[in-house]
Amino acid sequence: MTDTTTVTGTTVLDARGVTMRFGGLTAVRNVDLQVNSGEIVGLIGPNGAGKTTFFNCLTGLYIPTEGEVRYKGNVLPPKSFKVTAAGIARTFQNIRLFANMTVLENVLVGRHTRTKEGLWSALLRGPGFHKAEAASRERAMELLEFVGLANKAEHLARNLPYGEQRKLEIARALASEPGLLLLDEPTAGMNPQETRATEELVFAIRDKGIAVLVIEHDMRFIFNLCDRVAVLVQGEKLVEGDSATVQGDERVVAAYLGEPFEGTPGDEEVAEVEAAEAGTPSDATPGKENDR
Amino acid sequence: MTTQTTESTGAPANKDNAPKGLIGLPENVGRALATIGGALTVVSTFLAWTWTSAFPGDLTVYGYPGGLQVLVLIGGALTTLFGLASYGVKGLRWLAPAGADGAIKLAATGTFATTWYTVIAISDELGGVVNLEPGGYIAAAVTLAAFLGAFSLPFERPEDEPVDEDATVGERIGHIWRHIVALLKSAVFTPTPAPARKLPAYAEILVIVAAMAVGLTVFTYGIGTEYDELFVGFLITVGFLFAAFSKAGLVARVSAITGRHSTITMSGAFIAAALFPFTQSNDQYATIGVYILIFATVALGLNIVVGLAGLLDLGYVAFLGVGAYTAAMVSGSPSSPFDLHLPFWLSALLGAAVAMVFGVLIGAPTLRLRGDYLAIVTLGFGEIFRITVLNMDGTSGPDITNGSNGISSIPNLDILGFDFGLEHSILGFTIGRFANYFLLMLLITLIVVVVFKRSSDSRIGRAWIAIREDETAALAMGINGFRVKLIAFALGASLAGLAGAVQAHVTYTVTPEQYQFAHVVPPNSAFLLAAVVLGGMGTIAGPLVGAALLYLIPAKLQFLGDYQLFAFGVTLVLLMRFRPEGLIPNRRRQLEFHEEAEAPAVLSKTGV
Repeated sequence: MTDTTTVTGTTVLDARGVTMRFGGLTAVRNVDLQVNSGEIVGLIGPNGAGKTTFFNCLTGLYIPTEGEVRYKGNVLPPKSFKVTAAGIARTFQNIRLFANMTVLENVLVGRHTRTKEGLWSALLRGPGFHKAEAASRERAMELLEFVGLANKAEHLARNLPYGEQRKLEIARALASEPGLLLLDEPTAGMNPQETRATEELVFAIRDKGIAVLVIEHDMRFIFNLCDRVAVLVQGEKLVEGDSATVQGDERVVAAYLGEPFEGTPGDEEVAEVEAAEAGTPSDATPGKENDR
Repeated sequence: MTTQTTESTGAPANKDNAPKGLIGLPENVGRALATIGGALTVVSTFLAWTWTSAFPGDLTVYGYPGGLQVLVLIGGALTTLFGLASYGVKGLRWLAPAGADGAIKLAATGTFATTWYTVIAISDELGGVVNLEPGGYIAAAVTLAAFLGAFSLPFERPEDEPVDEDATVGERIGHIWRHIVALLKSAVFTPTPAPARKLPAYAEILVIVAAMAVGLTVFTYGIGTEYDELFVGFLITVGFLFAAFSKAGLVARVSAITGRHSTITMSGAFIAAALFPFTQSNDQYATIGVYILIFATVALGLNIVVGLAGLLDLGYVAFLGVGAYTAAMVSGSPSSPFDLHLPFWLSALLGAAVAMVFGVLIGAPTLRLRGDYLAIVTLGFGEIFRITVLNMDGTSGPDITNGSNGISSIPNLDILGFDFGLEHSILGFTIGRFANYFLLMLLITLIVVVVFKRSSDSRIGRAWIAIREDETAALAMGINGFRVKLIAFALGASLAGLAGAVQAHVTYTVTPEQYQFAHVVPPNSAFLLAAVVLGGMGTIAGPLVGAALLYLIPAKLQFLGDYQLFAFGVTLVLLMRFRPEGLIPNRRRQLEFHEEAEAPAVLSKTGV
């Protein structure tokens, strides 16, 4: 699956030397990352490694202390709504839907940057308003169809089961017609079937020509999905490469499990885990699920 | 015995939790007692309750209920009807689609409270229980019986959480209080009714007309109550009966139907309101009507800011003041510094425009704040407006607003030769000064309603709701939060300014005292916000109903004197405790506040 490296096109996202400091704490230190069009890139790292902070730097929620982020050659504006207008959409680690709006309304809110009707248009209700509104609804329904929620368009977002809320968040992000989609732990809390479905969804998004950058803890998911994986440890980028490279890297294993000491009792387990992880991509038995 | 009873008793319960009533009577006795007690109450209202007509309302006549007896009669009749509905009597099931037990309890309580209030008031005012005729004793007895009967109907008791061993006295009292509240709540609990099957369109419209007729009758009866005892009795009865209908699921049914035909409901309401001055022989009620409309219109404008965009504005009345002062200054009033007499349409537009400018000026620096901070800043702005206007009197500042004397002798409007100050005869009906302004104000209300409805159901309205729901996520969806909030703020301000332009002409004089934060007379910022919250945030009907109630109740309760604001405060606290979503809830909001309730899966209309 990982071998379906599509023709890597132009660079969509180009982050150079991104550093984010909060007072004395450096959460992200000098990270470079490129995402090319048609690519799915994974970002992994232990808890607290600065993945979400890095994400927030990419989406204008934080302004990097040093370094710059370019999207399709242009430096990103420092406001999150302008970043979305420029073409980067995101989802959140803890779902942030508009819980008391309907599923359809949530996606329509996502259309905000791609529609223009202002207050006057809403008050006067000329033909242009109805046309734009109908077009927005049609596009939103297409997206719901795409993620498989079309039959629940009139449900309140809060009433959806967990997995479908994740899907809706993705549909809402896609509604802003992004060139790059950032997914922050899209499978957190999902069961294996839902994870598999999300995997298919992300491939389908990639096939629409949208580049995807994904943070995830689920290693099987990441290594199945991504063309390239970057590992962030303590705010710094440790390794970057394809699945095999990253999995084979001792420093990655060390970052997740700690340095093995000679002859310590933990040594055997480390070797065991290493063996298991190395075997993971080819291992497709459904009973043996990744326990992260 | 009946479907309802089997439902409530059929649930397998353990021994401690077996459903039983608050009063230890057997269920069938209780149900019969409540139903028959209701019927006997009706009979008792045809008897004399006291021997002298010294008590207002003349309760001395046999065979003809008067004053408070009418209220008791209605309460008793409804208790009986709910009782019969709980027996599953054919043709009455529609009264209580969600089950009648909770409704019986509330209706019986309301009847009981009104009757006993009357009996006690008679004894108190006339000096002793000897003033009661047998009818009074009978009424007291049968309503008590119905009340006891109703509360021996079984219900699912809430689970009692154990008290901590080393709890302080305060915690123990708190625990007992919580338990009592939970007990009372579950005593009147009824499940969410199944969605109604669709009636044919003409029948649904008939339901709407009937509901509006009932609403109007109750409303005009309330305005027309002539003495304090009757108004207190009216409040008790209407409060409990509304709660009873609400618990019976009838309110939800009707609002679902009005929701389906919102345009018809709205036009119907406006036609009824426009006909109101033609039914009056003098200007007395039109005066109340025009003040209610001004208050309600401003409250609806505030609802855009508070209900849709979620911005808590505590200084909103200042925008009404800006509009009123602007219109007053260009009205040709002799005390205005400008020697200008603009036509109304121009001064109204100017009032709205100047209010909008102020809205933007205040909003631009403050809307970057969130939540409480915004509330504090707007509260400050409201006071700054009042004090500035007070000081621009020529001694403390430039002579613009005439200080505390305000701008007086504002001439009446004259639109196309129609002088608003004079009485006119239209189709044989005499229309006085306030009725003229009533009709003009109704037009302004209509404009504000249309603006609210259209803006809420559009790209910008969705952006407002998104900001209210989750500002960070809304920003990440590409919504320019600051800009969108500023639009809401400016739109709300200009609508208030528009209403202010009319208000200046209605009241002849504008003074700084009319635009305080809190005052006994509405509109003021506190009452405006209360009208929005009381009525229901994010709805159109909510602020209109809330404003009408908040105008009428203080006007009718003037005998409370200094305790008026206190009573108002207590009422608000109770309302927020038991019905935080307001009288006419937005369905979205209702879900926000009652997390535990089963949410309807489908929300078909934008929350209007």
